[in-house]
Amino acid sequence: MSQFKEITENGLWKQNPGVVQLLGLCPTLAVTTTVVNGVSLGLATALVMAASNGAVSPVRKFVPDEIRLPVFILVIAALVTVIDLLIHGFAQPLHKVLGIFIPLIVVNCNVLGRVDAFAAKNAPVPAIWDGFIMGIGLTLVLGLLGAMREVIGKGTLFSGLDLALGPNFKSAVLTVIPDYHGFLLAVLPPGAFLGLACLIAAHNWAEQRKTSKKATHSASGSLKPAH
Amino acid sequence: MRIRNLVFLGIKNNMPETVLKHTIRTASTLVAFALAFTSLMTIVYQVTKAPIAQSEAKARIALFQQVVPHDRYDNNILEDTIGIAPSILLGNKKPTVAHIARKHGEPTAIILEAIAHDGYSGDIKLLVAINTNGAISGVRVLKHIETPGLGDYIDIAKSNWIKLFDNESLIKTSSGKWAVKKDGGKFDYMAGATITPRAVVNAVHKVLQFFEENKTTLFMPMTSLENSALEKPVQKRQHQKRKLKNESI
Repeated sequence: MSQFKEITENGLWKQNPGVVQLLGLCPTLAVTTTVVNGVSLGLATALVMAASNGAVSPVRKFVPDEIRLPVFILVIAALVTVIDLLIHGFAQPLHKVLGIFIPLIVVNCNVLGRVDAFAAKNAPVPAIWDGFIMGIGLTLVLGLLGAMREVIGKGTLFSGLDLALGPNFKSAVLTVIPDYHGFLLAVLPPGAFLGLACLIAAHNWAEQRKTSKKATHSASGSLKPAH
Repeated sequence: MRIRNLVFLGIKNNMPETVLKHTIRTASTLVAFALAFTSLMTIVYQVTKAPIAQSEAKARIALFQQVVPHDRYDNNILEDTIGIAPSILLGNKKPTVAHIARKHGEPTAIILEAIAHDGYSGDIKLLVAINTNGAISGVRVLKHIETPGLGDYIDIAKSNWIKLFDNESLIKTSSGKWAVKKDGGKFDYMAGATITPRAVVNAVHKVLQFFEENKTTLFMPMTSLENSALEKPVQKRQHQKRKLKNESI
């Protein structure tokens, strides 16, 4: 169980692919103009990562070292194609929103990164969990970044939710700042870089605070006996 | 790991044979994976083929219903088509397909595709439905890459601006007024982005001109349509030349 706890902690915080590993920045920066876009692509990536980790782990012993990367990419590309076809066939509106981004998951180095770093060395179940939780960690970052850019850029939240989940969700779109004329920079690519920088800074700040607290704790702890 | 040892041993003992064996093994592994996953993709492709075609058709019908209201036709718009040769007025370089809406067999509207090349970034692909009387039934932007948050209000998903064209016609609005307000025309635009709406207004205006010049052939009875669709390119080429002449004047 402790292994799963560690994987979870790594995926969500310590090794978060979005703000720590900084892998797969292309979709992170391109898609996060709204929360809905960010979260949808994040979840699709999580699905692909879980599936590709799950597919690679059982066959890891049959794949010679020299050809492991071509085989992994082959597996990932096939799975992405399958997921793309399934979404296109059975969730057309979602495909309309994510259409061009799904094939891009193939080249998201997060996926190959986790397959090579984790699934190629571990048993299937932890591997699937690792892929999934890494994807969720990425989803959190994409969602946060999307929320920041959407609120600052357009003054709304959850716009486009009706496209992803059906027209019933049209009323779920929140207008955070009424009569807002928009701050274009946040929606354009530079806004993505600035927003991501803020998130990384926040993560680092929280990390540092944690370690410095620990340091002072242990320092005062070690001082106590001297009193 | 086992393979590594094999290679290691191979170097020590009879290298050529083991290297060959190893190469074959590696290659066949790669081929096996390629075969397995290609067949997986083939199966999923076959399974999803019908649903994809179905949902594409559904999406297209939903789109058509946005430009031609449901009560204005009773035919199968998807299948009732006519080939349109490339035209400068439509802005396309490849032949397109126009869909015809009919009620009780009588044509009520035609749905044309057009491209505006003078947008802010890239081509803007439009769907323009024109009633038989020459008034616009509806316009939608099919594809564009205008600046998000700035020029993308031409998209119905972002704003209702595109509905300004509903019921417009060459008769209702004189040629000089087919422009954005900034250029002395009658069409509203949003401050900060004039190039995009200017391109769309121009494109829609030109589609109306195309319709005016070709309306007799566009709504020809079904039977003669099939024959004329083949002859069309010649006819359209003449028309293009005429247009060029006009422009050079």
